[in-house]
Amino acid sequence: MSEIGEHHGALAHHFEDLEQQRQSADLGMWIFLATEIMFFGALFAAYAVCRWMNPAGFSTGTSLLDVPLGTVNTAVLIGSSLTMVWAVQAGHRGDSRSIIRNLVGTLLLGSVFLVIKALEYSHKFHDGLVPGSLFTYGGEQAAGVEMFLCFYFVMTGLHALHMVIGFGLLVWLILLARRGRFTKEYSNPVEGVGLYWHFVDIVWIFLFPMLYLLEH
Amino acid sequence: MDETTNYRAQSVRIFLALMVLTAVTVAVSYVNLGALNLPVALLIACTKAGLVLVYFMHLKGNLRLLWIVAGSGFLFLAILITLTLSDYFTRQAVG
Amino acid sequence: MSESTAPIARPPAPTREHYLNVKYGIKSWLLTVDHKRIAILYLISITAFFFIGGAAAVLIRLDLATPAGDLVSSETYNKLFTIHGIIMVFFFLIPSIPAVLGNFLVPIMIGAKDLAFPKLNLLSWYLYMIGGSFTLWAMIAGGVDTGWTFYAPYSTTYANTHVIATALGIFVTGFSSILTGLNFMVTIHMMRAPGMTWLKMPLFIWAQYATSIIMILGTPVLAITIVLIAIERLLGVGIFDPALGGDPVLFQHLFWFYSHPAVYIMILPSMGVISEVISAFCRRAVFGYKFIAFSSLAIALLGFLVWGHHMFVSSQSPYAGMVFSLLSFLIAVPSAIKVFNWTATLYKASISYQTPILYAFGFIGLFTIGGLTGLFLATLAIDVHVHDTYFVVAHFHYIMVGGAIMGFLGGLHYWWPKMVGKLYPEAWARFSALVIFVGFNLTFFPQFLLGYLGMPRRYHVYDPEFQVLHVLSSAGASILGIGYLIPMVYFLWSLRYGKDAGPNPWDAKGLEWTIPSPPTTFNFEEPVTVGDVYDYPTEDETPPWKQGSSEGAHV
Repeated sequence: MSEIGEHHGALAHHFEDLEQQRQSADLGMWIFLATEIMFFGALFAAYAVCRWMNPAGFSTGTSLLDVPLGTVNTAVLIGSSLTMVWAVQAGHRGDSRSIIRNLVGTLLLGSVFLVIKALEYSHKFHDGLVPGSLFTYGGEQAAGVEMFLCFYFVMTGLHALHMVIGFGLLVWLILLARRGRFTKEYSNPVEGVGLYWHFVDIVWIFLFPMLYLLEH
Repeated sequence: MDETTNYRAQSVRIFLALMVLTAVTVAVSYVNLGALNLPVALLIACTKAGLVLVYFMHLKGNLRLLWIVAGSGFLFLAILITLTLSDYFTRQAVG
Repeated sequence: MSESTAPIARPPAPTREHYLNVKYGIKSWLLTVDHKRIAILYLISITAFFFIGGAAAVLIRLDLATPAGDLVSSETYNKLFTIHGIIMVFFFLIPSIPAVLGNFLVPIMIGAKDLAFPKLNLLSWYLYMIGGSFTLWAMIAGGVDTGWTFYAPYSTTYANTHVIATALGIFVTGFSSILTGLNFMVTIHMMRAPGMTWLKMPLFIWAQYATSIIMILGTPVLAITIVLIAIERLLGVGIFDPALGGDPVLFQHLFWFYSHPAVYIMILPSMGVISEVISAFCRRAVFGYKFIAFSSLAIALLGFLVWGHHMFVSSQSPYAGMVFSLLSFLIAVPSAIKVFNWTATLYKASISYQTPILYAFGFIGLFTIGGLTGLFLATLAIDVHVHDTYFVVAHFHYIMVGGAIMGFLGGLHYWWPKMVGKLYPEAWARFSALVIFVGFNLTFFPQFLLGYLGMPRRYHVYDPEFQVLHVLSSAGASILGIGYLIPMVYFLWSLRYGKDAGPNPWDAKGLEWTIPSPPTTFNFEEPVTVGDVYDYPTEDETPPWKQGSSEGAHV
């Protein structure tokens, strides 16, 4: 292994061989994802407490969200995870063309997700269902509904921010792949971004039922 | 490339399973299960997340260390949520 | 400036190339990916923050010399203790040992050429500086008066000061801490030299590993809590406001989930330093290696289960309070295991009383006092009496100053010859260690009494009956301040005038002492051979500095 490693351009000076470098990158990404679990997790904890204290308000808030759009988005995002899996697999084969094809697919599906999300946001803004000074909801449990919508925007907003960062990473990978940087021995970045993208998917897998479906 | 075809077939199977679970969780949400609403939704979500972790993120067959890292993230989250909620759930008891 | 003067300052004789002289100029420092240079960048930055935070402490103590609080207004006083707390906690104590000594030593001690992600390491310094600048700007632009704890609803609804800007600074700095922890963990897992098995690792590395766990799993929770504070201020939603269906205690839960383990971010690395120093100056392997190693992990894990003991007198349910009280008692066990093992190592050892071990003595004594008073506070009934009094202030300063800073200074003295290749003046160093010890106790011991008598924290106007103790404390603070200035002076002095240290001035074991001081850029020129890092000779052998006229001892 180290024989190949020493002559490979992608090997950083402080690693012994490519295998050590790959495992370090993998472990680093997983540790980063563990911090991300805590990052979103703390929001879920706060959400749980607030929902416990304001069951009626949160239930009303949930019913204000658009379940069909949320369902379509869930499917779209899981689809983008599938193309990402294929991109990582192509990376292991060192097949640059397939990497690019699948990354572009991921990018497109991700864009569909964000467009639908933007549509939902604009409906909310239009209906005055936005926490803060634009909030015009006049029904029962207004404070609880506003708190729910605050969680809705913060959680989906942070999720969308992660996707936008993911877009940047995808574009970076596509550029690297076009320059032929990925080989059978070295496709760490594709793998790392793949992990990140799947994690963003997992966050949505929890956000969707907690925000859209629970007692709507 | 036999291996590749196999892998593709497997990933498509997982994708379909995730789709079915999504459909189930949406369908179930229209049935009022009372106290079971939350556990059922969580159970389905955890199953989906598990599928993504194990198959899409290749935890299966990977270093044990990565299982520990991923597991400790969820473990500490469970600690945060459990101990925090234990405060709220027992406040009523005092009156 | 350094670009033009440095080549002239270079000695004429051909000198060995090492990480400090391999390149010159500002750019070679600001764009470096060498973990040792990044450690030096951190050392300079945290020292600057330490003196800013210290200046705030001086003003606080001056103001408290009179019961009427004659020096500053109440508003200014609130801002001063907030500045002091925020700077010292987030910008000095948390990065202190990990980012300086850890950055320098983690790769070397395990036989690696660098950390796993050198660029990420540099990025984390930049994040630290950006966050720090933001916070400093907020302080200059008008300050914050919430205390370092940002308790809601004051911080969300009532405070009229720069809460969001300060919070943003802490948010950014948090990512610096996460990246450092991530880098250490990957490095320790993946980059150990052949033969450096887990149970052969230096105890300092175990401590850094345990610290990294907390940084990685705790810091994101603080980050999101800060975001929620900012959102509540901006939008007026009521997550922490009971009038709107929220709960201020929820903020305390989230805040202390990070901030209690953060205390272990500060103290665990110090414990690692103490283990190294004690074994080097007792010239024997630390007693109970495995117990010390695993108790670090136990502290990191248990540290996440005790946060509710900060909330005994809030509206937290008494049942939760009992559980948290019990768990808080449990965490005393691994801490005590460490103290017992250090003491057992010292027992009948041929100790050489160099500066680093003086700090280690200080650490053990003061940490024990801090830890035992912590047990008082973990007891529900006593906490009701002393909550939010000077008793608490004294308790955590015994841990954070008496523990963490003593460990930092001890480690800095111990590894300074390795970092810069020069010896500091031993006599001055011992003198300042003594001054710091005396000053510290004079400052904070009276605060235990003050708190027990009922003096609340964060008040600057107080009953005249408390004045004697406050004056004692202020007098101690001035001694402590001088104590901190002395090392600053002689460390700088040693850069130019210090004697050459040689590769191993303490005749200590461990990989860092097998390479030249200062090390070369890639640390190890030859393949690393790992033996026992605590392979000290038998008891009877006299260490070199005890054999009459040796280099180290001036006293």
